[in-house]
Amino acid sequence: MTAATFTRDEADPRRLLKALASQEALLAIAVIGLAIAVGLYNPRFLATRNLSDVLLGNAYIAVAAVGMSMVIISGNIDISVGSLIGVLATVSGTLAVNGAPIIVTWLVPLVVGVLVMAAQGAVIAYLRIPAIVVTLGMLSILKGGLISVTGGKWITDLPDSFHLANIELFDTVPMPVLLMIVATILAAVWMRHSATGRSIYAVGGNAEAARLCGISQPRTTVMVFALHGFFAGIAALLYATQLRVIQSTVPPNLELTIITASVVGGVSILGGVGTVIGSSLAAILIAEIASALVFTDVSPYWIRAVQGTLILITVIADILRRRRMAGA
Amino acid sequence: MSEIPLPQTVKRVAPWWLLRHETMLAAILLVALIILGILNNRFLTLDNLLNQGRLTTEVGLIALPMTFIIITGGIDLSVGSIVGLCAIMLGYSWKIFGFPLPLAICFSLAVGAAAGFLNGLVITKVKVPPLIMTIATLALYRGLAEGISQAHSVRGYPEWFYFVGQADLFGVPAQLWLLLIAIVAAGIALDRTTFGRTLYAIGNNETAARFSGLPVDRVKLIIYTLSGLMAGLSAFVLVSRVTTTRSDMGSGYELDVIAAVVLGGTSIFGGIGTIWGTIVGIAMIQLLKNGLALTGVKGDATIVVIGAVLILSTLVAGSLQRRRDGV
Repeated sequence: MTAATFTRDEADPRRLLKALASQEALLAIAVIGLAIAVGLYNPRFLATRNLSDVLLGNAYIAVAAVGMSMVIISGNIDISVGSLIGVLATVSGTLAVNGAPIIVTWLVPLVVGVLVMAAQGAVIAYLRIPAIVVTLGMLSILKGGLISVTGGKWITDLPDSFHLANIELFDTVPMPVLLMIVATILAAVWMRHSATGRSIYAVGGNAEAARLCGISQPRTTVMVFALHGFFAGIAALLYATQLRVIQSTVPPNLELTIITASVVGGVSILGGVGTVIGSSLAAILIAEIASALVFTDVSPYWIRAVQGTLILITVIADILRRRRMAGA
Repeated sequence: MSEIPLPQTVKRVAPWWLLRHETMLAAILLVALIILGILNNRFLTLDNLLNQGRLTTEVGLIALPMTFIIITGGIDLSVGSIVGLCAIMLGYSWKIFGFPLPLAICFSLAVGAAAGFLNGLVITKVKVPPLIMTIATLALYRGLAEGISQAHSVRGYPEWFYFVGQADLFGVPAQLWLLLIAIVAAGIALDRTTFGRTLYAIGNNETAARFSGLPVDRVKLIIYTLSGLMAGLSAFVLVSRVTTTRSDMGSGYELDVIAAVVLGGTSIFGGIGTIWGTIVGIAMIQLLKNGLALTGVKGDATIVVIGAVLILSTLVAGSLQRRRDGV
């Protein structure tokens, strides 16, 4: 906590805290406000069943967005995560159908996720190839590989015990939602209060300054990608276990939804700033908007246009805010 | 050309680079061609090669402005979505708004240019990094295409409309002439004009380019607009070839285009690249796909090969460049 705390907030802690808090508060208000507004228009939107469906069906996006936020905060990007989640979900489901012990079906995606992402991180950090090229190539490898191996066949007859959603804490909080909350809070606390967590901000904020403070940028990059792979593994589990079947293809545009959640959640695209709480809230907001469109009789085909507009507005606002802060 | 202050290394090294990477790639391409030709006797026929040219025109048209953009150190991930949006605007302005078809074509080209212009405007004025801006518009433009079309397709175009996409002109697929003209124009623009030299200057050192009085923002605005316009043209060729308009058209094009450009030796860090390299890159990807398909590799597995080739070629190019710079 000594060498690593020299990021921007040292220069101006209160203003940065305020900016971050406001982004998260804003998102929380948006989540609640939208729920009330849509609920007034169509009360069925507020039915427990629908709200829990929204949370259950999208917890995996929030979990993946936690890892993605770390990657973006460290000044990188990853567009292969959607394909990786598809691959890991299929691996896990195939193991489950073939009678592997449930604990194995849950652990293998985590391990494979960490390995694949750490390898990408190593190529980016040590061979100095831009993240966009490496992850674009990996996207193509994973996506093509998955379809050509499985032929896009659906995995059915999954054992009951495989489904995480069947496990409930106190008979009320289903496992996926619990995992989402725990992962977000743990990651947030770790990133804010541990030296290693702070080093992610340091590398993303000013790589040269971080190096001079004794933080190894390559090592941090590999670590961030490995963690990102771990969260992608959890996300893949949640994705695989949410339905009775696994489609064994890559969910279309998943990486885009995850990046959107991170950026809308207040993770600055220029690196160095952001929190994972914001990105989880944003993931919920995006899912809520998709559901709201259905309940207000707007065609769901507009969802991506809404997503694109949302990310565009947040990005421009972020840049303008930074410029004002720099100018002030 | 001498009035533009390019960093010394580029002047000294460009011919070396040209000699190395593109010729190396062309040699690999030649070897791959011969091997695939031996494995399959339908591969190295004029008919097949011309047909592959037909299939690759849509990607090729977009790869030219993408080369410009990547040379400046930027990127445009939204091109595939612009293709989808333009295809939908073409079909809808004709079928639903009742525009005459030629006007509808011009309208969709204008939409493409406008989409690219918006990218360029936000990138230059608000200073949003190109990667992020075009990820946002990748979602936005595709979303508009889906929202406007509600996933309905448009078909039933008049017979003359299919000329560009399906007919032959002087024994060569009609759209290949279009691509050829575009290649020559892009090659001359990049190599023989101040505009082209400005692109390299921006890619090498944007601040220096700015202080040298080069119109950096205007040039960037032009290339992103051009990228949108060419994506529109590509949409027209595509619709004309496959005879129908759908909102998912062109999805994944950004991967093919960027892979071709990077494969062709254009540095993703900017400052280095040639149109000639991009052409070889395009040819390599398409012929690899086709050759593998003919020898029995399924379509999806060829994407794996392209991904691997993309990473490996950057790896090799990067280490060559480092050795050259003496790092």
